[in-house]
Amino acid sequence: MDSYFSILFTEVYKILFLVVPVLVSVAMIVWLDRRVWAFVQKRRGPNVVGPFGLFQSLADALKYIFKEIIIPASSNKLVFVLAPVVTMTLALISWAVIPFGEDFVLADINVGILYLFAVSSLGVYGIIMGGWASNSKYPFLGAIRSAAQMVSYEVSIGVIIINVLLCVGSLNLSDIVMAQQNLWFVIPLFPMFVIFFISALAETNRPPFDLPEAEAELVAGYQTEYSGMMYAMFWLGEYANILLMCAMGAVLFLGGWLSPIDIFPFNAIPGPFWLIFKILFLFILFALVKATVPRYRYDQLMKLGWKIFLPFSLFYVVLTSSFLIYFDLLPGK
Amino acid sequence: MIAHSVFFYIFSLIAIVSAVMVTVSKNTVHSVFFLILDFISISCLFIMIGAEFLGMIMLIVYVGAVAVLFLFVVMMLNVAEQKGQWFSSRWDGGTHIPVGLLVSLIIFFELIIVIGGWKYKPDLLNSLSINISTEVTNTRSIGNVLYTDYILLFQISGMILLVAMIGAIVLTYRERAGVKRQSYVKQISRERDEGVDLVEAERNKGVKIDA
Repeated sequence: MDSYFSILFTEVYKILFLVVPVLVSVAMIVWLDRRVWAFVQKRRGPNVVGPFGLFQSLADALKYIFKEIIIPASSNKLVFVLAPVVTMTLALISWAVIPFGEDFVLADINVGILYLFAVSSLGVYGIIMGGWASNSKYPFLGAIRSAAQMVSYEVSIGVIIINVLLCVGSLNLSDIVMAQQNLWFVIPLFPMFVIFFISALAETNRPPFDLPEAEAELVAGYQTEYSGMMYAMFWLGEYANILLMCAMGAVLFLGGWLSPIDIFPFNAIPGPFWLIFKILFLFILFALVKATVPRYRYDQLMKLGWKIFLPFSLFYVVLTSSFLIYFDLLPGK
Repeated sequence: MIAHSVFFYIFSLIAIVSAVMVTVSKNTVHSVFFLILDFISISCLFIMIGAEFLGMIMLIVYVGAVAVLFLFVVMMLNVAEQKGQWFSSRWDGGTHIPVGLLVSLIIFFELIIVIGGWKYKPDLLNSLSINISTEVTNTRSIGNVLYTDYILLFQISGMILLVAMIGAIVLTYRERAGVKRQSYVKQISRERDEGVDLVEAERNKGVKIDA
């Protein structure tokens, strides 16, 4: 029984060591997002609270905590309260399998990439639950839109993951990173990287695919009836998901914790820092897209997902596998 | 081992309770949520017996896609509140209860057959032509069997699903008149000559544009 508790305590300690930095970086990333956005539009962005406005997110969080949580009288109360909790939890549990370095991962499971995919496909429930339980028109329409959008783009993300897996021969995320020691997958699979990036934008409801919360049509989509800390939890979960998608992109295509070139000044920097640099790079791309691209129409969004991305990535699966078989490069034989 | 069985009982309890709740909850949307909870706890059970691939596929396919469609349909059909239809003494003359009884009887007998088959499980393991190796991960071993010995069945099931999908689309598709569609090719290939028309407008008469 003693050993059981010691295992429990070390695990809890490890989990806290992962979750707390993720939460803090989510708060910081919101600040970065707003700064990049402002930079593109020649504004200053949040620059008042703390040095460079770094504490803006903390101030916002304090504001949200002290606001009243309003639960609409006609809402389905239990589901209404559960929805932000589900969003937040799902956004955090997927970090368990992200490898930050060799043997520097909370859960090194064999089906890591499937786990990530499964958890991100569960993310839609927070939104549907929130939209349905609000018992109001705008949230419901937002939820329906969001669910259709996320399910559609998951399909193409799944096919893109198959492309990567064909080159690796394992579902383990550490194996995926180690397979990129000689060549990052972004080079041979560049079209897939582009499609993954765009699908990740759609999957996380970021602009130009932010139709579920298109403020001109749907007020705030599924979040319309939420206030105070519950709204903040949706918002934190959303940004944690964006960071996770960036981490997934970094692990699948940009060589995870590996340094770009294996020579002295680069490989002296520890792996986790490289992963963080790559995540930040992808995130800044996300923020730049948000600042520059106008919103899609809904039928265009569906057309892009089903009629362009899905056939193209399926074609690329055939291409990749034929290439691997022809040159006898299939891994794991 | 104690922790293992504790988790097993927790997950199975959740699975059974939520399976019961699927059938007895009055709100259909709640039923779907309980169904999702049931799927999740069953995939946890799969993972606990070491079938991590099956567990994850269960999550991705059933929870991530099928149950979302269930929720869609249930929300769209607006059948959320079925007030007091269950356990009410009033017989409304509907025919759904006999049909339900028939289906549940069939499932009951199937379950009895399955439990009976459990008795022969040790013999079954010996009579299998495929040797089960514990060395490789179960993703690899499923792939080894699925794409070699059972490739025909696998392909046929895929074809059946494809036919069903196309059939559903063909059955529900209807051409609607007066719907404006966007054609990228048409938009891009539009030249200045056909897009702009210079017209001499007469005073006090204006121009008549035929659209």
